[in-house]
Amino acid sequence: MAKIIAGMGTSHVPGVGAAMDNGKTDEAYWQPLFAGFQPLRDWHKDNVPDVNIIVFNDHATSYSLDNYSTFTIGVGEEFIPADEGWGPRKVPNLKGHPELAWHLVESLMADEFDMAVAGSLEVDHGCTVPLSIAYDQPDEWPTSVIPLCVNVIQHPLPTAMRCYKLGQAIGRAVASFPDDITVGIWGTGGLSHQLGGERAGVVNPEFDKTFLDNLTADPLANAKIPHTDFIRDAGCEGIEMIMWNVMRGALNDKVNEIYRFYHIPVSATAYGAIILENTD
Amino acid sequence: MTTRDYDDVPGTYVLDSRTYRRGYHLNMFLMTLNKAECREEFSQDEAGYLAKFKLSDEQKQAVLDREYLSLLHLGANVYYAFKLVSHDRKPPQVMYGQMSRPELSFEEFQKMMLSGGRPIEGNRYKDESNG
Repeated sequence: MAKIIAGMGTSHVPGVGAAMDNGKTDEAYWQPLFAGFQPLRDWHKDNVPDVNIIVFNDHATSYSLDNYSTFTIGVGEEFIPADEGWGPRKVPNLKGHPELAWHLVESLMADEFDMAVAGSLEVDHGCTVPLSIAYDQPDEWPTSVIPLCVNVIQHPLPTAMRCYKLGQAIGRAVASFPDDITVGIWGTGGLSHQLGGERAGVVNPEFDKTFLDNLTADPLANAKIPHTDFIRDAGCEGIEMIMWNVMRGALNDKVNEIYRFYHIPVSATAYGAIILENTD
Repeated sequence: MTTRDYDDVPGTYVLDSRTYRRGYHLNMFLMTLNKAECREEFSQDEAGYLAKFKLSDEQKQAVLDREYLSLLHLGANVYYAFKLVSHDRKPPQVMYGQMSRPELSFEEFQKMMLSGGRPIEGNRYKDESNG
């Protein structure tokens, strides 16, 4: 039987990937961030699952106004880094895991989650930056990846509760996969930030801390946050935090918080990371 | 027109059905800048390239002038607008600062973020907004 060993939450700011790709990580601006990554990278080195399910959003890269799905699973053999406007990131291609991906699709559909299925998907910074944060700059990624896109841009969006319940359904689906493999699940995006408009640059450390605390202690509280509360209190793009609810929902009721890191600023955002291990 | 309960959040542009309809062609133009050959064509003749899309004159002018806040008013979403600032090979903080009110230079925007970001206090409701 497949088993989820842990969940990670992390922001996926494109600037982090650019700093790594352009050799700027020793600069004073980036140094505190990369110092904070080190314990997280040490943990990942010792805890490499067979496959990571990466919950992220596409940022007007592979999907746009002409066709947008609420939840999409990548079932391909391989996924390539996308050109988002400045050329594709020079990072390894992602190896897919079609067996588990198709099992997820079938199980989730039976569980009344109507998933879109992507055979081919060019992945943007939402997916590749978390890999770089966890695994630095390897010649190839140490795990297979199942990309799972959530629409957090084009309203109406799925509710925070729907995302949590999707996570729970993913947990059930993985538990019913017959092969003995280990699985990680990552929720990405956030934390509080707003990129557009007169209020660009707004962040809310208090909101973020409560959200991070509740991931372990009271995940249902995070699942009950209305969209407008995210927009008002955590910034228009802070609503990406609903993707962390997918990650949390897939874990057991009781989890151990292994590591937490919070830093302002990364570009116009509050950066957050957390590692939660499943307890038996 | 239907109102939304986030309409009283200051300086915030949500991509909902109203923005979607107003900005459809503008965002679809911006989306093409993901492709190297389209970026090249746009660089060669910006106005000529824009003529291929069903944009209003106002939208075209805002693109040509790199008026990012106007682009949001005219229906662009910030992730799509990102393609234009990337095309210009400028850091996104240039765009964030230009949209800010009061307007901020790249350096001023960086400084605000390095000192902890724009505070949420006073920025939750239009009637308390500093901006």
